[in-house]
Amino acid sequence: MKSISAVFLVVASLCVPLPSMGGEAVPTDADRVLQKRAIELEENLRCLVCQNQTIADSNAELAQDLRRQVREQIAQGRTDAEIVAYMVQRYGDFVLYKPPVKATTLLLWFGPGLLLLAGGLALFRNVRTRAGKRAAPPELTSEEHARASSLLGGGPGKDSA
Amino acid sequence: MNRFVLPLGIFIVLAAFLAVGLRLNPREVPSPLVDKPVPAFKLAQLAQPEMEFTQKDMLGQVWLLNVWASWCVSCREEHPVLVDLAKARVVPVIGLNYKDKPQEAKAWLKQFGDPYMLSVMDQDGRVGIDYGVYGVPETFVIDRTGVIRYKQIGPVTREALEGKILPLVRQLQKS
Repeated sequence: MKSISAVFLVVASLCVPLPSMGGEAVPTDADRVLQKRAIELEENLRCLVCQNQTIADSNAELAQDLRRQVREQIAQGRTDAEIVAYMVQRYGDFVLYKPPVKATTLLLWFGPGLLLLAGGLALFRNVRTRAGKRAAPPELTSEEHARASSLLGGGPGKDSA
Repeated sequence: MNRFVLPLGIFIVLAAFLAVGLRLNPREVPSPLVDKPVPAFKLAQLAQPEMEFTQKDMLGQVWLLNVWASWCVSCREEHPVLVDLAKARVVPVIGLNYKDKPQEAKAWLKQFGDPYMLSVMDQDGRVGIDYGVYGVPETFVIDRTGVIRYKQIGPVTREALEGKILPLVRQLQKS
């Protein structure tokens, strides 16, 4: 009897919803417009701890602190540009998922286009030279013509008549 | 023969780029704060919480700011290096105790030795953000006029200390 009640207790305890262990993100902004702005900013800022995640995605402590910064600064009435500048001033351009166009990033921005252009040019030239080669029909002697015709089943000299 | 030259050339260039890329450490993000004035802070001291300390108190001397925490594993790795540095009395080291519990921080210093002139408490990590801290430990070399001259990301190793930090400190102390 004791063991049955123990089993019952265990099963019952599994049915009780436990408070979430992970700690759900509690929305702090009552204003939905500000909330949307905060999320948009956070989705464009890189978390420096887990470098391939935005601070919106990451649950690293630094990302949480930076999210708090973004929300506080929005509440203080700062513009998006000011908040981004605040982050860049501290962490460099690396925090931006979209790096600015400047001398050191020219290759990054335009390199793929240049590669595409170079590849296209190479392909174009290659195709043209090949087309030039194919344009001249192969010259056959009459003997070869006859042989080709017989192989194709048309009989000798039939097509040359 | 000629038709192999171009692909081979492209391959060599690509391999060279990838080889360099492999040697870079993606965790070392160059700090935009180097050659800029130290961000201002005013924080309570770890040993005497009623006393405040600001970066202005160090004006006129070359100093190191070491960001540390008792929960930080790599801090243990660099700690003996800092303790030895403190014994040599070459340069004062200020500790920025980052997002730590004062009790645990004090116990940690008691256990491993205290190389700091003093430590200040940045419990909510706001000063850390001003310093662009993203991976504890980090160490800043700051000159007499309060300008950051170098940032070491990750533990201060003996090689980093002898090869980079101390030569820079000596040079800054002379000027």
